Amino acid sequence: MKTTGRVSGIISNIVIVKADGPVGQNEICHVSLGDVRMMAEVIKVVGEEAYVQVFDSTRGLKIGDRVEFDGHMLEATLAPGILSRNYDGLQNDLEKMDGLFIRRGSVTDPIDYEALWKFTPLARPGDKVTAGSWLGEVDENWVKHKIMVPFVMTGEYTVASVAEPGEYKVTDTMAVVTDAEGAEHKITMVQKWPVKQAVRAYLEKPRPSKVMETGLRAIDTFNPIADGGTGFIPGPFGAGKTVLQHAISKQADADIIVMVACGERANEVVEIFAEFPHLDDPRTGHKLMERTTIICNTSNMPVAAREASVYVGMTIGEYYRAMGLKVLILADSTSRWAQALREMSNRLEELPGQDAFPMDLSAIISNFYARAGAVVLPNGKTGSVTFIGTVSPAGGNLKEPVTESTKKAARCFYALSQSRADSKRYPAIDPLDSYSKYLEYPEIVEYLDGKIEKGWVEGVYKGKTIVQRGKEAYEQINILGDDGVPLEYHERFWKGELIDYVILQQDAFDAIDANCEIDRQKYMYKLVLEVCDRKFAFTDFEDCSQFFKSVINVFKQMNYAVYKSEEFYEYGRQAMQLVEEKTAK
Amino acid sequence: MTTRAFQKIYTKIDNITKATVSLRASGVGNDELATVGGKLAQVVKVNGQSVTLQVFAGTEGIATDSEVVFHGEPPKLRVSDNLAGRFFNAYGEPLEGGAQLEGEAREIGGPTVNPFKRIQPSELIATGIAGIDLNNTIVSGQKIPFFADPDQPYNAVMANVALRAKADKIILGGMGMTNDDFLYFKHVFENAGALDRIVSFVNTTENPPVERLLVPDMALTAAEYFAVDKGEKVLVLLTDMTLYADALAIVSNRMDQIPSKDSMPGSLYSDLAKIYEKAVQLPNGGSITIIAVTTLSGGDITHAVPDNTGYITEGQLFLRNDSDTGKVIVDPFRSLSRLKQLVIGKKTREDHPQVMNAAVRLYADAANAKTKLENGFDLSDYDERALRFARDYSEKLLAIDVNIGITEMLDTAWKLFAKYFKRSEVTIKEELVRKYWPEAE
Repeated sequence: MKTTGRVSGIISNIVIVKADGPVGQNEICHVSLGDVRMMAEVIKVVGEEAYVQVFDSTRGLKIGDRVEFDGHMLEATLAPGILSRNYDGLQNDLEKMDGLFIRRGSVTDPIDYEALWKFTPLARPGDKVTAGSWLGEVDENWVKHKIMVPFVMTGEYTVASVAEPGEYKVTDTMAVVTDAEGAEHKITMVQKWPVKQAVRAYLEKPRPSKVMETGLRAIDTFNPIADGGTGFIPGPFGAGKTVLQHAISKQADADIIVMVACGERANEVVEIFAEFPHLDDPRTGHKLMERTTIICNTSNMPVAAREASVYVGMTIGEYYRAMGLKVLILADSTSRWAQALREMSNRLEELPGQDAFPMDLSAIISNFYARAGAVVLPNGKTGSVTFIGTVSPAGGNLKEPVTESTKKAARCFYALSQSRADSKRYPAIDPLDSYSKYLEYPEIVEYLDGKIEKGWVEGVYKGKTIVQRGKEAYEQINILGDDGVPLEYHERFWKGELIDYVILQQDAFDAIDANCEIDRQKYMYKLVLEVCDRKFAFTDFEDCSQFFKSVINVFKQMNYAVYKSEEFYEYGRQAMQLVEEKTAK
Repeated sequence: MTTRAFQKIYTKIDNITKATVSLRASGVGNDELATVGGKLAQVVKVNGQSVTLQVFAGTEGIATDSEVVFHGEPPKLRVSDNLAGRFFNAYGEPLEGGAQLEGEAREIGGPTVNPFKRIQPSELIATGIAGIDLNNTIVSGQKIPFFADPDQPYNAVMANVALRAKADKIILGGMGMTNDDFLYFKHVFENAGALDRIVSFVNTTENPPVERLLVPDMALTAAEYFAVDKGEKVLVLLTDMTLYADALAIVSNRMDQIPSKDSMPGSLYSDLAKIYEKAVQLPNGGSITIIAVTTLSGGDITHAVPDNTGYITEGQLFLRNDSDTGKVIVDPFRSLSRLKQLVIGKKTREDHPQVMNAAVRLYADAANAKTKLENGFDLSDYDERALRFARDYSEKLLAIDVNIGITEMLDTAWKLFAKYFKRSEVTIKEELVRKYWPEAE
């Protein structure tokens, strides 16, 4: 018997329900308003009264309206056909909804139950399997989508039978397994998983030891993110968070991209809807949309579903990771999710923490980031979830609770700076405030030694020092005046600028410069370091600034040229000629 | 306001605060309208038999035995083509007499457009102001506010933009507008012969502040009628959103909610987003573009209202008094239009993006030179040239009294580059420099 209840109070989207039976924390229920059934989640229970947050507008709801409890928590539906879809925060397929407007209580299937999938078995009768073991695979776009033992099945099972190769619907039985007691379990292509719990169907989660390439020099060269790593991008509005995230989503060296547009602008999602089906995935030549799933709860969609959206995204990521794939999850912005938590906490009249955020904000954020990682699967293969979230700090002030809590949880910090954005130095990633903890990992240092060249990380630190010294020189020049400092200070300052203009700045809207492959990054970085290593003979500071401006201009043309083209090398020769002329003999 | 048979009248109010009343009632829907002692009110909280109502006009004079009648429906606006050319108050009632509205009654603050059904905005809105068209191009379906100090001429700029924008309908949502400003808008529109394209919902400073909460939803419901039903290009002007937020804070305060930053309600972001996200480009060709005003106190953009707004809107426009030229300019550093990338260099000439960036970069060099000068340092030759460039740039392009086409703006910029700089100093792609660098100079 399912528990039911009646509405006994309404405060905005929090509804108090008098229940007639047992109710679980985080249980899903449906509130009826005439013919409309609105989904809601239990967030607090006091005696017979359950406080539920409704994932819709409660306009017109009345005392006494009927509520039915579902008996389970919020679940994601996991099956072939998730890729290329556009979901709302509760995994309803937005494409399947009728009408221009989203009606209350709209529910659409997250996957296509009628579609046929070409199945190839991977397991054989007699195999011992556990949750996450691969039983077979189907072709989803270009991805080998594994059909697995559902994550909810605990313990060891023996495969009794596996379906023959052929075409099947997702609900067909693909395998039968028996448990220790000999009871049979039918397995289909569909499984469900409660989104707020981490999927743990893996053997171990070692430290990340590879780098995920993004084609962005300020990240790959200066502060690389690990495959299976975590990073976050805080920045005031207008600093370019979204452009940066979109660039990463287009270029990252991942098999699957899950984009969670969480409480952000609808037009930004529309940009993805409009562009991704046409853009090529540089790695496979297929369309970007084929490897992408979008979960969008834009800022005018129900606040309560915002929290759900990031968890649905993470669960889908974990699902594909269990197939041995490299997944990148991008969430823009986690601050909106935190604000949703704050609104809820406020309506529940909880005692507030800093800036009225709930007290457990830091714990919630840490738990969430901890779900990322590279894992070793039961069959010895590896998969990874890399997570990058943006944070929108109030007033651009990084000393606010969401930024501080995230800083404790994420290993890469890409601070977007207002002053860089103001002077149009994009991407506005501050070269000195930002960091990647992964540069300190011996595994990563070793990986880069092999992938790029021996001693690469040392070179990175050297570049950082040059930028740092350039900044210090700039401050001195500002205080003492152009004439008040030794000429060497100008040289130092301009060497920092050289790295800034040629390496750190990148034109996201130029077809060539937007995506810089790692080999090209190495080429340019070494060239720039070579210039920085020179001692120059300048007559005065004007001579110095004039020289560097010319060199920067030529290097920038080089960034705009096709890599390894004649034009590219020609600019390189021009630059080095300028350099030779001024080098101290 | 439909009158129903057997309408129940309550006459026992339990609690009265400055903005809310509560009483015991049954069968009441959330968000439903009611009349309390002749004043319009809306249900904001229901707990068992206890119903809390927010009284828009304030609770002055309401007694514990005042009559309370529930309407059984949320606020609505009657929509039809007859809206055009008329002025209404925050409840959608005609100002200055005139016939009551007819047509379909639509709930205000209605549902969200499915993001998947939206179209990517791609139509440029030309305003003739180079500070906007050249540096911060606005696109139909965009939402963008002016961040302005109260003494700046934002309403005048907005009226200009509205008239030049060639919209099918202009909908003015005035919140806490002074009567003088309201009359100003009216005269400007009248003089331009545009009154038949204008619909206004106005809450002036003479009206109770809480009424303002209805204005944006009224304006946008009318906008949706013209854009969705009629496929028209609608421009919505909302001024001043800071005063709207103040009204939100008043209500949340009366309801004993815990305030977050700057005494604003914790839901400020969502409240503002619900309004701004109504900006849309529709598949039928219709569109809603929102240009709003957020007044700042002392230029502080870290205050909760401009801060949250900045995260919601697609950019912001700053006005600044330029002391060098004595003109009001659109600040090129702090202004931003996020959607400009969709049109510049595509709907405008190919050199637009690079020219725009180069000019702003050189203007930034001039700002640095100015700081140097102020600190008593000698200027280099480059600094001197940058300063002279900045003066010209400010006067010929950034000033809000400029009214020229975009190609002319680009040509002007090239002329200024050539006048003050060498080709290598502008860091623009060489092929563009070759093509557009004016030869004679």
